[in-house]
Amino acid sequence: MTQAEHERHFNDKIAKEIKIEPNDWMPDEYRQTLIRQISQHAHSEVVGMLPEGNWITRAPNLRRKAVLLAKVQDEAGHGLYLYSATETLGADREQTIDDLHTGKAKYSSIFNYPALTWADIGAIGWLVDGAAIMNQVALCRTSYGPYARAMVKICKEESFHQRQGYESLMKLCNGTPQQKAMAQDALNRFWWPALMMFGPNDAESTHSEQSIAWKIKRFTNDELRQSFVDATVPQAEILGLTIPDENLKWNEERGHYDFSEINWDEFWQVVKGNGPCNKERLAARIKAKEEGLWVREAANAFAKKRAMKKSA
Amino acid sequence: MQQDSLFEYVMRLSDDSLILGQRLGEWCGHGPILEEDIAITNIALDLIGQSISLYDFAAELEAKGRNHDQLAYLRYENEYKNVLLVEQPNGDFAMTMLRQFFFDAFRLPLYEALMQSRVAQLAAIAAKSVKETRYHLKHSSEWVIRLGDGTEESHMRAQAAIDHLWRYTNELFYENAHDQRLQESGAVPLMSDIKEKWQKTVHEVLQEATLQLPSNNWKFDGGREGRHSEHMGYILSDLQYMQRAYPNMEW
Amino acid sequence: MSNSDWPLWEVFIRSKQGLNHKHVGSLRAPDATLALENARDVYTRRSEGISIWVVESAHIHATDIDQADAFFEPSDTKIYRHPTFYEVPDGVKHM
Repeated sequence: MTQAEHERHFNDKIAKEIKIEPNDWMPDEYRQTLIRQISQHAHSEVVGMLPEGNWITRAPNLRRKAVLLAKVQDEAGHGLYLYSATETLGADREQTIDDLHTGKAKYSSIFNYPALTWADIGAIGWLVDGAAIMNQVALCRTSYGPYARAMVKICKEESFHQRQGYESLMKLCNGTPQQKAMAQDALNRFWWPALMMFGPNDAESTHSEQSIAWKIKRFTNDELRQSFVDATVPQAEILGLTIPDENLKWNEERGHYDFSEINWDEFWQVVKGNGPCNKERLAARIKAKEEGLWVREAANAFAKKRAMKKSA
Repeated sequence: MQQDSLFEYVMRLSDDSLILGQRLGEWCGHGPILEEDIAITNIALDLIGQSISLYDFAAELEAKGRNHDQLAYLRYENEYKNVLLVEQPNGDFAMTMLRQFFFDAFRLPLYEALMQSRVAQLAAIAAKSVKETRYHLKHSSEWVIRLGDGTEESHMRAQAAIDHLWRYTNELFYENAHDQRLQESGAVPLMSDIKEKWQKTVHEVLQEATLQLPSNNWKFDGGREGRHSEHMGYILSDLQYMQRAYPNMEW
Repeated sequence: MSNSDWPLWEVFIRSKQGLNHKHVGSLRAPDATLALENARDVYTRRSEGISIWVVESAHIHATDIDQADAFFEPSDTKIYRHPTFYEVPDGVKHM
């Protein structure tokens, strides 16, 4: 087939909602966009283990400790599913991870904010996982097969993440005034970073348009952000918590909530590496990889020795 | 049945599980590769789960209205009866895996024997935990063999871990008057039987791993009597932080 | 591949007795033993399986996508292989 035929065939599949599979012909830019997006997503899962992981040893009771362990473990699993999806595109996992460590690849900025109190664990589950699910549910129909299948599995597993977070905050909001204040404080700190998770406004988003045309993305950043706000405001009301935005109000005409402009200076600063925990997060991942080096080498050396013994 | 002896015995089992689970939880997010991060967390989850069942049973035996969280979180350091081995810091991956291996090789025959306990509830907990523990021992043995017979560096690190941890292993087989009473009534096995099985496993795995037992046989103990290492206070300050800072609240 | 990179393995899981092993994804492992253990921890955390197969990805051979037409289209025209091709009177049962 000629290049033009390949392209026509590819576009035809996209139009007919036929999934693109690993060995199919695809435009190079489609492949690169996917590698960038999926690996960024994978990195977010793995870096996302850190703020919550730091509360595992301090979880307030045994049930919460087990739930938190299971949840953070799921994030590792999700990172792994997603790295697997990037490998089907020819991207080597370790190379992809090195790109994260050198700062070439990004991850979700939300994880550069610190988890300061136990209520933050609830807020992360409710808001951060809630925002992530909003994105991920849309991605279950993404045009690239392995990515879509990974997302289906992730969405199934993540459904407990948001619920456990909300339940945990519910407990605080029905508890002592001290606990409720802790919950409100967590919401105050995580609300805006959660809204930033959907990325820049559509007008500013460089990759959006092409990604939508290729059906990698099915909704724009602003559409998803609006859905998230609309879904979350009533949930906050049930908790009895106040969303930290004076301009937040229901717009009858639009059928949506209006809300204030995001502080984009802060967003871009955190993306560029100047958030409260960027350095700590990357340092922890780099340390894990470096300190694991001799372990991975040892296992490979052992496998080689055994294979030689077998063939001898 | 001697309730106080049984209580003491069950608390040892649960404290071992809790403190080792707590230690393994520190690895979450920092493992040498994602796959192993997930594996370690699985073991931690099994141990925390075991500690919940065991504390529940202990609470019943004690009958003072305490629940599993109060037992796990609200005691003083010298009331914890875990062995010193499980409170040792994670160190490098070799230290963690050798600690795990020494513990699993002890826990598996112990649970196997406890399945025959005259105390039905203890036998039931053992029957559930034995499957988890069999898997833990398989996993830690696989790693001890790979580290020992891997590269020069991994061999050196694994040997260093053995040399350090060896002194804490004898305490696994600690016995006092409580044990004797329980042994007489068929509630728990003789530690000498467990030790024999432990030695066999350790010998086989270390041999395959080309690792040596240290010649210095000096041993430490104290954990079973509530005398811990300096590490224990720090473990508890993390573990108990929320319960101590915000007393009498539900989470 | 550097000395520290583990090879890629494909994971297949039988979710219950009576069903085929189905491809569920991939992972990294130094050898088959650890590949099976890793697969257990990564892909069966929620009781998804009762049996696992792993195979090193490098050992999988696949049809060439460029020859897909030649491989698969010829069978499209052989409709006589399907039972619906044949007409049978309404009264005939058990067929």
